[in-house]
Amino acid sequence: MGEIGEAAATALRLLWSADPELFAIVALSLEVSLTATALAAAIGLPLGALLALARFPGRGALVLLVDAGMGLPPVVVGLLVYLLLSRAGPLGEFGLLFTPTAMVIAQTILVTPIVAALARRAVADLLEDYHEHLTSLGLRPLAAVPVLLFDARYRLATACLAGFGRAAAEVGAILIVGGNIREHTRTMTTAIALETSKGALEQALALGFVLILVVLAVNLAAAGLSTMARRIEG
Amino acid sequence: MIGRLTAARAEPGPLLPLEVEGLVVEAGGRRLLDGLAFTLRPERCTVILGPNGAGKSLLLRVLHGLVPPDRGTLRWAEPDPDRRRLAQAFVFQKPVLLRRSVRGDLAVALAARGVPRRERRARIAEALALVGLEGFERRAARSLSGGEQQRLARAWALRPQLLFLDEPTASLDPAATRMVEAIVRDLAARGVTIVASTHDLGQARRLAQDILFLHAGRLLDRGPAEAFFERPASPEARAFLAGELPA
Repeated sequence: MGEIGEAAATALRLLWSADPELFAIVALSLEVSLTATALAAAIGLPLGALLALARFPGRGALVLLVDAGMGLPPVVVGLLVYLLLSRAGPLGEFGLLFTPTAMVIAQTILVTPIVAALARRAVADLLEDYHEHLTSLGLRPLAAVPVLLFDARYRLATACLAGFGRAAAEVGAILIVGGNIREHTRTMTTAIALETSKGALEQALALGFVLILVVLAVNLAAAGLSTMARRIEG
Repeated sequence: MIGRLTAARAEPGPLLPLEVEGLVVEAGGRRLLDGLAFTLRPERCTVILGPNGAGKSLLLRVLHGLVPPDRGTLRWAEPDPDRRRLAQAFVFQKPVLLRRSVRGDLAVALAARGVPRRERRARIAEALALVGLEGFERRAARSLSGGEQQRLARAWALRPQLLFLDEPTASLDPAATRMVEAIVRDLAARGVTIVASTHDLGQARRLAQDILFLHAGRLLDRGPAEAFFERPASPEARAFLAGELPA
């Protein structure tokens, strides 16, 4: 317990002194996770809306696939992306393995089903509520889409935040495709794993504190959105 | 955004009269509406009266085009279904309000009807003033009380020829009920044809010019309200008026 206390004090000193390596790791983590979340939102939000609104053959199977994708094991995704990007893989010629881009690709694959599944549920719930009213107004299906997306805006934003939370806390996939290379692909989670295995608890705890702060900020943002939604939507 | 997606549409011609013949709706092997035949006349207030489960709400939905009938014909004076939709409005028993401001909610309705953006603000302000909700534009639509939600602001803004009301005062207190009924009478006085469902005999007496009496999906009585209340034709209608059928 005493060791943990000492490590925590050292961690706070590291944070307070604005250790450049520590901040580089935090910055890369945020850059990778935010980029992956943005890409997942660009794919997942329209996909979720499409699955909620459109009826086409195979839709049920696709919904099941997307829902199941929420529980994708990160190490398996990491392994698949590794095989794709490795020199012998189909995308090996681009030389992306062990780069931040590879980490973004892996996290995007992990986060997209989360955003798509939550977006589908948000839009489907709203459609159930609005269907008769919008039909009564004579709103054409294409014109109903922006109405539904606008009114689901807070739940869609919460879906993106949930995706970001998953990306920021993820370690298995980016460890495999990023390689945890110092000053190149080392993020908070991979660094924590490494420092802990080396017994360097101060560094690991400092990063752990920052990671918890990020997760707390995401949850606060989600709660804030929910409160704002209740106030604005009634 | 909505405005750009919605093309301006041609003005509908007169919707009514509507002649309904042999209307049947079935579900799960049961006939929910059983061979209904009647005529809806323009500029009248028709009340669909009957006990719970008679098929009143379903009939309104079929007339408005929300539920397709299994059999039967609906012959409207206006042949074009899109134009017919433009000339109607429907107020649900539990109002559906969008997750946006009162102005935003009404703006969506007006945009759907092809009302140009520049006209919407004035139409909304006028409609809110007519139902006593001036200054409510920025309020969250879903934060309005039950009575405020049912004041038919949308109906005023849309200016329909035909307005369907599904149990419009079912969950309101007597004061709010009186206010909504006054608004309905006001709309009727301006030439809007009203078709309302209710199981409230008092309300039917106060509002109806014509009555359609439904029982177990069958139309057992129809005609001018005065005649119906004085000389109901069917034993079921007599029992209902005597309070011997559950409302």
